[in-house]
Amino acid sequence: MNAATLFGLCGAALAGLGLYGLVTNPEPLRKILAFNLLGSGVFLVFGVVARRAAASGLGGDPVPQAMVITAIVVAFAATAMAIALLLRLLQETGRPTLDADNPAGTDRGNS
Amino acid sequence: MIISSFFDIVLVVLILGIGASTIAAREAFAAIICFVVYGLLLAIAWVRLSAADVALTEAAIGGGMTGMLMLGAVARLRSAEGNDIRTSLPTRLAAGAMCALISAGLATAILVPPEVIPTLAPMVMENLAQSGLGNPVAGVLFVYRALDTLLEKVVLILALLGVWSLAPDGAWGGIPGLRVYTQPSRTLTFLAQLLPPVGIVVAVYMCWVGANEPGGAFQGGTILAAMWLLVMIAGLKRVPAIGQPWLRLLLVVGPVIFLAIGLAGMVLAGAFLAYPSGYAKPLIVTVEFALTLSIGVALGLLAAGPPEQAQRQ
Repeated sequence: MNAATLFGLCGAALAGLGLYGLVTNPEPLRKILAFNLLGSGVFLVFGVVARRAAASGLGGDPVPQAMVITAIVVAFAATAMAIALLLRLLQETGRPTLDADNPAGTDRGNS
Repeated sequence: MIISSFFDIVLVVLILGIGASTIAAREAFAAIICFVVYGLLLAIAWVRLSAADVALTEAAIGGGMTGMLMLGAVARLRSAEGNDIRTSLPTRLAAGAMCALISAGLATAILVPPEVIPTLAPMVMENLAQSGLGNPVAGVLFVYRALDTLLEKVVLILALLGVWSLAPDGAWGGIPGLRVYTQPSRTLTFLAQLLPPVGIVVAVYMCWVGANEPGGAFQGGTILAAMWLLVMIAGLKRVPAIGQPWLRLLLVVGPVIFLAIGLAGMVLAGAFLAYPSGYAKPLIVTVEFALTLSIGVALGLLAAGPPEQAQRQ
């Protein structure tokens, strides 16, 4: 197994890990964090595919690399937007949770 | 060979361990610290994959800027009451099994490569000399897929507009709610005075060297943004109101110059975003410098958040 395959498997595991955190963690901020983890795992898988296609004496295929750079910047923009939405939610409702507008259906204890 | 593969294995174990602890940590604050460390480790992994451009971007934006945004958010969320909902064990197990399946599917795709691996790398290298650039990644970003790069800048500005539009009505055009340490903390003030000159030189170098070596407008812009934020957080410079004309001018100067050169290409070179032959490199360097400024301002303002107080007249 070469290094690229090893990092590819690492990316695959990270994508699963991030997805698990996104599904199971109820706090929105942790969901945003998990989503970033999921995204970086996918980038890593994509980058490994780039490494595999290395040709012309290059370390890696520059096309996927450029796309990953663009993707990281766009992911950051989306994260900034999500965090701004979360903080605004907190400002409006006083709670950083998503079910704040549905207090009737709540089954949590006296928090 | 053995040492380098040992290094890779340790690195992967560390990345997975830190990644798992960002998910498993009880405290949001601890999870975010783990995430920053994770971003830096991932940058090393990108270096190991011979993708130094991606490594710089990941370290600067993936770890640094995202981490800073998250830390700002967690500082505000801490005062709010916590969330006691816990996902039940069966749900966790089911989610875990499904996610493991997805990981296994991706791993299969890695382990069983296709017969013919599609690649555009030879074409990129064949035509790179015409652009006068030495860094193939910069070539892809500014020559072959210049439209992507232009639109990505537009995405940054759209995200900033989205963040700004979340401001309360009264605060529109006002000062972003960046946390400023009004108490003069000696170390912070010292660093905020010491680092910016160095940071600005590094940013300019990054931007300039990006044509031939790893680096470029994003990485340079991120360093500029970090220096600006440091100076603002230390209270040495006031956070500007978002209604300031100079601020808006700096935000759009990069995309506007890029677009203008793109439109000029329609007349001079026969296609949108095409460069007249022989002038490709000077034009690209011009665009990169303007973009570095715009990216720096956009990232800094994204990190500063929506305006919270009206501008004092």
